Amino acid sequence: MLNAAIVFAFACIAAALLLNFWRLLRGPTTPDRILALDTMYINTIALLVLFGIHLDLTAFFEAALLIAMMGFVGTVALCKYLLRGDIIE
Amino acid sequence: MTAMNRLLPQPLFSLFLLLVWLLLVNTIAPGHLVLGTLLAIALPLISSRFWPDRPRIHSPWKLLRYIAVLLWDIGLANLTVARLILGPTRRLHPAFIHLPLELENEFAIAVLASTISLTPGTVSSDLSPDRKTLLIHALDVEDEATTIATIKQRYERPLREIFESC
Amino acid sequence: MLDTLIALFLVIGGAFALIGSIGLARLPDLFMRLHGPTKATTLGVGGILIASVLHFSSRGDGLSLHELLVTLFLFITAPISAYLIARAMLHLRGDDKP
Repeated sequence: MLNAAIVFAFACIAAALLLNFWRLLRGPTTPDRILALDTMYINTIALLVLFGIHLDLTAFFEAALLIAMMGFVGTVALCKYLLRGDIIE
Repeated sequence: MTAMNRLLPQPLFSLFLLLVWLLLVNTIAPGHLVLGTLLAIALPLISSRFWPDRPRIHSPWKLLRYIAVLLWDIGLANLTVARLILGPTRRLHPAFIHLPLELENEFAIAVLASTISLTPGTVSSDLSPDRKTLLIHALDVEDEATTIATIKQRYERPLREIFESC
Repeated sequence: MLDTLIALFLVIGGAFALIGSIGLARLPDLFMRLHGPTKATTLGVGGILIASVLHFSSRGDGLSLHELLVTLFLFITAPISAYLIARAMLHLRGDDKP
């Protein structure tokens, strides 16, 4: 049953990533694309953790934490750029 | 007491740092307890200059209660939003709401804004320059006044009790 | 028993992550799209992380709580990202002038 649940969750996250990618390509505005990227990195964390459960390995945790931090900093930097036309004030 | 205050300017922040450290190394071995405690004491001391007005927490128990309410509401929020997203989109009534703020502490306002973003159908999107009104976007509003009253009663009042204790 | 619980959290997590992304793809304007990712996706990832906590804690080598750190981090950062994206959009539309 655990395996079935893992497969189901993998399918959900993969579909979610495809939808995000579609929004990323389609836009129409830059904030839309930033939001799509933001959601994509959150979904990637889910995918990594899921893969860790599937393989029974804890080593993916650090990667997930790093993606969470880098993704957040990236989103903030992109938004700041749109707001000010400059990243470092 | 003053020596204690000088050593631990923000006791709850220190406790939080210790917890984060223990979670990060994922063990409660004595060595990491000591190292975590040292970091939890040193980091607030080093960074104390960067806190322009330090939030004072008047009642930690109310804070715990607030967090419990918040977690429960996040669960509810997701069911609501899931229903709205999967339902017909034409029937939604999105709207911008101006929420007049009574909170004055910056940190408390930040907590309130984050709370609003995580709870049913509302995302906080702008704070006026004078910090008096918060612009909120709601996914589906029936009555603006009810939404404002709910937010004020459910989140702003406990936050005032926690951070301002007037 | 524990396996059932883990499976339940995985299914809930996956479903909410998908619902959030459906919201992102389906709703008609940016401010409405913000709602999906900030709430549903965050909770979805939270569910999967809790499943991970349960799974690795049940293997017998002690509690494994560090996934909670990622959950905590996401719950703190998601509103900030949403706020900044909303402000960027208001700025681009020219609505933020006093």
